[in-house]
This record gives sequence, structure tokens and C-alpha cells, in this order.
Amino acid sequence: MPYRSHVSDHSYEASIFKFRAIVAAIICILLLGGLLFRLAWLQIVDYDHFADLSENNRIRLMEVPPTRGLIYDRNGVILAENKPTFHLEIIPEQVADMDAMLAGLGKIVTLSENDIKRFKDEMRVRRSFQRISLRTRLNEEEVARLAVNRHRFPGMDISARLSRYYPQGEATSHVVGYVGRINQRDMGIIDVGNYRGTTHIGKTGLEKYYESELHGKVGRQKVEVNAQGRILRVIEKVPPVAGNDLVLNLDMELQHMAEDALGDLAGAVIAIEPHNGAVVVFVSKPGFDPNLFVHGISHKKYNELQHGVDKPLFNRTIFGQYPPGSTFKPFIGLAGIEQRRFGPKESIMCRGHYLLPGDDTRRKYRDWKKQGHGMVDFTKAMEQSCDVYFYELAYRMGINSMHDFLAQFGFGEKTGIDILGERRGLLPSTEWKKRSRGKIWYPGETLIAGIGQGYMLTTPIQLAVATATLAGRGEKIVPRLLKEVHLSENDTVKKREPSRHMIKLRRDSHWDLLFKSMEKVVHGTWGTARATGWGMKFKMAGKTGTAQVFGIAQDEEYDAETVARKLRDHGLFIGFGPVKDPVLSVTVVAENGEHGSAMAPIAKKLIKRYMEKYGHE
Amino acid sequence: MVMSSAQFFDADYQSKTARFLQFLHIDPVLLAALLLLMAAGLGILYSASDGSMEIIQRQVIRLSIAFAVMFIVAQIPQHQLYLWAPWFFALGIVLLVLVLLAGDVGKGAQRWLNLYVIRFQPSEMMKLVTPLMLAWYLCEKPAPPKLSALSISLVLVALPTMLIARQPDLGTALLVAAAGFFVVFLGGLRWRYLFGAIFTMLALIPVLWQFMHDYQKQRVLTLLDPESDPLGSGYHIIQSMIAIGSGGIYGKGWLNGTQSQLDFLPERTTDFIYAVFAEEFGLMGAIVLLSLYAFIIIRGLYIAATAQDSFGRLLAGSLSLTFFVYLFVNVGMVSGILPVVGVPLPLVSYGGTSMVTLMAGFGMLMSVSTHRRLIAK
Repeated sequence: MPYRSHVSDHSYEASIFKFRAIVAAIICILLLGGLLFRLAWLQIVDYDHFADLSENNRIRLMEVPPTRGLIYDRNGVILAENKPTFHLEIIPEQVADMDAMLAGLGKIVTLSENDIKRFKDEMRVRRSFQRISLRTRLNEEEVARLAVNRHRFPGMDISARLSRYYPQGEATSHVVGYVGRINQRDMGIIDVGNYRGTTHIGKTGLEKYYESELHGKVGRQKVEVNAQGRILRVIEKVPPVAGNDLVLNLDMELQHMAEDALGDLAGAVIAIEPHNGAVVVFVSKPGFDPNLFVHGISHKKYNELQHGVDKPLFNRTIFGQYPPGSTFKPFIGLAGIEQRRFGPKESIMCRGHYLLPGDDTRRKYRDWKKQGHGMVDFTKAMEQSCDVYFYELAYRMGINSMHDFLAQFGFGEKTGIDILGERRGLLPSTEWKKRSRGKIWYPGETLIAGIGQGYMLTTPIQLAVATATLAGRGEKIVPRLLKEVHLSENDTVKKREPSRHMIKLRRDSHWDLLFKSMEKVVHGTWGTARATGWGMKFKMAGKTGTAQVFGIAQDEEYDAETVARKLRDHGLFIGFGPVKDPVLSVTVVAENGEHGSAMAPIAKKLIKRYMEKYGHE
Repeated sequence: MVMSSAQFFDADYQSKTARFLQFLHIDPVLLAALLLLMAAGLGILYSASDGSMEIIQRQVIRLSIAFAVMFIVAQIPQHQLYLWAPWFFALGIVLLVLVLLAGDVGKGAQRWLNLYVIRFQPSEMMKLVTPLMLAWYLCEKPAPPKLSALSISLVLVALPTMLIARQPDLGTALLVAAAGFFVVFLGGLRWRYLFGAIFTMLALIPVLWQFMHDYQKQRVLTLLDPESDPLGSGYHIIQSMIAIGSGGIYGKGWLNGTQSQLDFLPERTTDFIYAVFAEEFGLMGAIVLLSLYAFIIIRGLYIAATAQDSFGRLLAGSLSLTFFVYLFVNVGMVSGILPVVGVPLPLVSYGGTSMVTLMAGFGMLMSVSTHRRLIAK
């Protein structure tokens, strides 16, 4: 086909075209103007909105958990610290052949099937640049072997994280307690914002009680991330504030000493400075290794501890409730003379048993000494722990005035010690029995209460506080494990003022009488703990106690040899020294310890060492 | 011999240069504008690809090939194009049918024809061949075209458009249809027909909706309310609008766009590269870039207006306006006023096929602009 140009109407067509081209050009310009308008709308009018969105895209706030405060004893011995633990981590995107790598690593460190399964599960849900932990808590040898072989495994890394460690192990298990992973229940209590990034929280003991001091303030950092969430750089950082360090009143040397002294017995030993309530020894035996709980304890191990013979998880100092037995006598004796039921010099006859006046059944209330103590006054009753004297005293007082006087010493009430969960014990009264049992009070029960048996129950810490109150001549304190808090923020010390109030006696000489009588327990010729008193360089006041584990029928011979150890009586001892100016009061409760006199040496040892150490000779 | 500046501006020397360019069949003004645009495009691509020299190299190679194609096409006199037009058209239609019957599937659509040596996208070719064919047909008809001529024209546009839309490739179908339409419009389509057609189209929208693929419907719906599917098909538009909007008036600076540098913006080297530009250079940059495009389009229309015969006029005019459609659809898409159809930002987006087609088109423009004297002789 030849190429023809239509010359005839050429100019006409050209003019049509030109007009059309101009129209098209104008439309183009208008549309471009529309586009520019749209762009201006986005970039000027909506600028703030989109600038915000763009910042939200790239900026992320991350929390930096604070370092937990440390715990020391009064002499700076560390009880809870943060130790680096080493973990084997893998960054999947840097690994060429994952299976080969896992096989290779398995030859260097032990990898359980569980480790590998957990790792692979995690790998599926995490982004490939995120680190995934393959093995936790490597031992030193494994760390060394991995470090040497590191070049063979690109994408493998050993990370160090701080985790809680209790170097004293069992010895502080019931004082310091332990931390564990934060669970759903903890989430309800804590300030969730401040715990972002924190994995562990105090679960028991001081770790729990002083959680708010120990935890610290979470730090925050602003980071820039890309669309996959990878952190590219830190824009802004508010560093975390480390938790405060705690310094305890506890003396680890004495703590260990008390622990060893108890031997194989389960029980509690508490020593308190009477004038300020400082708890120097706080032992509950048996203990357990608190480090087991930090990284999650196995079910099997937990059940062993929970249901073991002596229930190692059971903190006897505050949870254990025991009949105080004869250790109750100093308090009841004091009540008797204070309320004029007995004269300080008044004597009665002890024939080895007591008959409740007006009781037709003629039930015999036995004294521990079958043949009787003869004529007994206050001092002798205390020294030899004469039950008949206290039956008579209880009979004269009645349960309710006994209750009211003893309540001043804190029996039947929480002591307020800085560990959570303590029990109230039980200080009975007629009203109590009516309310809780719906029964009337029998006079015979008053007699039993007079020797610290029957319904009477105290926790070791209650007994310890009452003992310290005696030693302080009525100065009632709130026991404190914590001595001071070292604030990490400004390096200052926050001390705790001891809280106290005085129990006023009619006559101050009644304290002297009581001290003298209790001194005789240890140093008197017939004192129940006289074996301990022999050759002692200082004077200690004390009182032994034996609490029946089960009731013994009338006239039945009680042979400790034939019953299983678990059925033996509990042995108790309270004491303080030196008598002239008591510096330390000690309470020992030994389950199945048979007799309190066997516990007296523990108190002696502790007071002696305390005096040597802190210059009270 | 050393050139002095006086020599450089010497009228005689300039005319020598002009004659030389004329001899090479190059329009210097258009060439300069294209080179400027490509240079700017490389700069944007460098930022969008996180400074990947590999991508830049490949793009430079493509640009070079595209330039070579432009240069070769520019050498073809328009009467030659006129002679080839119907044959190209027939070949194109056959290839499109072949694609539908035996094409390769890529990205969910059947667009590619595997020729064993190269994979070939016949729909690309139709962007040039369709206006060529319509110019061939209409240049002989007296203007304004009669109804019979318009009917034939409609068939010539509809045939390739439908075949491409069937692949489905909405973006290319749109460009092909537009290119064909522009020839008819510039050829003197009566206004009453034009408005009649527009009203008919509007009336047919509901019918058209019925024939659209689900994903195409979704794109339209997403455009109307991107928030309805922020993580799915709305994600592209939302992130793109964030990028543009947060660029503000002056932009965040070259290589400093957070949306693009931190991977929030998808497809940022290809269809969404304009958002990278807008984020980093702001509204000011947008005005400059759009002005450069506008300049190229106006220059194209000027070449068309000064062409010596109807064929060249229609062809050049249509190609210029098609270039505008590229720009408008792409920028409209990334700024959220048009649905997401796969139209690249011309000469800037990373990718080869459309680049070659576009530059071949500019080759034709240059041919129209520089071969006119041959006819005068």
C-alpha cells in the first residue's frame, strides 16, 4: 500500500488535531494539578497524622529489667546474689544447616531430646533473626568447650544472664526464701508496667516480703525497628534503677551454729536481741536448696520436698504451732504474782499430783515427778518446773485472766515479723471455746493450760518474741529480720526504727524474781537444765519445756524408747543471757527432741558466741 | 583541536550539532528531559533498594538496552512504520491468542510467551502496536471520522484490550485501550460521540463489575476503605500513604525515608517507588518531578502538533498521552486515589519490559520529529 498524505484536507485536519492536542494538554495539566492537590493533602494537611503513623511504625519502646537487690547478713556475708548463668543460643538465620549443627553441638554438650524439641517448636513461631535458647545453664566445662569450638558453628552464641543464687543454700532457705518465675497469680498483685522484662519475683521469705525494695525500677529504651521487628539502633535510653540491697540482722555464723546444734532434729531456733527486736538467728529445720526453685523445680523433686518425712518446705518458725509446755510457766507464774493470786514467797505442797477442788471424779492431774516436789514456792516451782504449783496457780487465776495477761506478750497474735504468712497460735479463753467449738469451758482445761498444754499453741516466733519481752523486762518488740536497706539510687541507708511498747508490772521487783528463778533453772542445784549450767562463765536464765505429741492415758507408763521417734515429745527451751543485762534471747523448739533440757546447750552456745563476737563479756 | 567556549556557543557550531542530531534522528530536547528523568530515577532506586549496586547495575543495563532500542526505532522512517502497522497488529493479536492458549503463568496471570530463547510479553508490544494500527487506519479517513470508521476503530481497540484483560492484566489493558482511544480522540472524534460513550461507560460500570475477578473487586473496595483490610490488600496503600504523608513539604532527605529504609513500604523498587521519592523529597520534590514529566508530555504533544502528516501526528500524540496515563495511574495508585493496578512509574520503576516499550515509543516520537524532511522532498 503506497504511503499517501491527504494534502487536500491537510490543513483542516491539522487544525482539528492542534485543537484536540491543546484540549488534551489542558486536561493533562488539570489532572496533574489534581494529583498535586492530593499529594499536598497528604503531605501538608494530613502531615501530622502520617508522621505519627510513620513514627509508630519504626519506634518501639522496650523495657530493660532492673538488677535485683542483694541480701547480706549483718556482717556482709552474702545470702542472695545475682550470678551470671550461661545459655546456649542460636540465631537460625545465620545457620546454614540446622540439623548438622544440632548434631555437632550434641557432641560437645549434652542435648536432651526435650531441648531439641523445644528449640524446634520455638523456631517455628519466632522470626529467624531472633535468638532461641537451645540449652540453659551450661556448666563451666561446657562453656569452655563451646568457646573453643565456636568458630565451627556460626549462628551459635553463648549468652550470659543474671539469675538469682543463694550461696548459703539450705541455711537461709526459710529466711531469705527464693524467687521463681512470675505466674498468673503474681500478675494480679504486681505493678505490671514495672515488671515488663522481669522474669522472676520473690515467692517466699524475705524475697517476697521485701519484693518492692529488691526489685528496682524498670528501665526503658526507645529503639528503631524495621518491618520485621529487628532492632536497628537504640534512640533513647532510660536506664533501670537497680533494686535496693538488704542488710539483715541475721548472723550467719550463729545461724550455722544453731543449725548444726539441732543435728538431725526437725525444729526451729530463733535468737532475738531483746532491746530492738533484731532477729540474729532464724532457723527452721530441715531446710532445702532454694536454688532448685529459681529455674523451676521438677515435679518429682517438689513432691519429695513437700511430702518428705520432715516436710522440708514447712517453715516451722512461723507456721509450726506447738504446745509451749513448761516454757509457758514463766509467763503464767508472772501472771500469778502480778495479779496477786500467789504471793512471791507463798509455798504450796506438791505430792506428785493435783486434785481439782470440787471435782467428784477425783481425776489426778499428774506432776512430771511422780513422788512430788514437796513444799514449792515461785522460785522452786520455776527451777524444777513443778506442775502442781502451776495447776494451783491456774485454778486460782481462771482461764480468762490468764488469757488477758498472756495476750500482752503476744500469744495468740501475729508478731508482725517481716515474713508473710505467720500463724496466730492459740491462746484459749472461755469465749474462744464457745465461739469456735460451741462448748463450755471445763475447769480441768484451765489446769492443763496452766502448764502450757491442752488447747495452747504457739509458733516458735511467738515464743521467741515473748521470751525477748521477758529478757527486756517488759519491752515488747516487733521482731525484725531486716536491719537496713541500702538504696541503690543515692547510695544512702534506710534504717528501721524498732517498734516497741512496754508491759508495765505492779512492781519492778517481780522481774528480778522471775530472772532469779529462771537463772536457777540453769544454775540451780535442782534446775532442770543444770547440766548445761555447769562451768558456764556467764549466767543464763532459761526454762525448759516438754510438749506431749499425743495424750497419755491415766497412769500409763510413758516409755520413750518404745515409741517411734515421730511420737516422742517435743523438746523446748527458752533462755536469755547474761541475766544481769540480757543481750540475746533464744528459743529452741525441737520436734521429738524428748526433753527441753537437751535444747539448753544450743541457747548457751549461741549466747556465748554472741557475747564473744559483739563484746559483751 | 581544543574547543573554546566561544566556539561552543558559536551559532555555526550549534547548527552543526543540531544537524548532527538531526542526522542521528534524535530530538535533543526530549533526549535531555529523558536523561534527566532516568538519572533522577536511578537516584531514587538507589535509595529504594538500600543502596544495592547490583540492582543499580541491572537497571543501568536495562536503561542502556532501552536507549539502544529507542535509537534504533528512531532510525525507522514513519512511512516504514505505516507499512508495517497492520502486519504488527495481526502478529500481536495472534501472539495474544497464543498466550491465552499456551502462555506461562507468572504472578497469577498468564502474560508470558515462552519463546525458548526469551520470555516475551506480547501485551507490552500492543501498547505500541495498537495506536500504530489506529493511526494507520484513521489517517486515511477524513476527519472527523464517520460512525462506520469509528465502529472499525472500536473493534481495533477492543480486540487487544479484551485479550489482555483476559490474562488478566488490567493495567496493560487499560494502557492499550487508552492509547487506542487517544488516536481516535486526536483524530477528531465528535464531542457528541465522546460524551455519549462516556455516559454509556458509566452506565455499564455495574455490568463490568460482574465480570471482574474477585481480587480486582477487592482492590477497588480496598481503595474506597483501605482500613478495612490493613494487613491484607490494604497494607500496600496504607504504608504508601504513610510514606508520602510523613514526607511532608520538604521530605526526610535522600536515603533517610524511614518507611522505605526500614522495609515498611512493600514493592518499593517497583510499583511503589514514587512513595519512596515522596517520603524523601516531600511535596517540593513531587512538584519538580511531576513538572519534568509534564515537560516530556508537552514536548511529545508539540512534536505531534508539528508533525507533517496525519499518521505521525496521531501516533506521536497518542504515545505522549499514553505516557501521561502511566504517570497518572501510578501516582494516583500510590497516593490512594486509584485502585492498585500494576502500572510502574515510567522510566523510574525497577523492571525491564515496560522500560523497553516506553523507550521504543519515544523512538517513534523522535522518528516523527526528525524524519519529516524526507516527505517534504
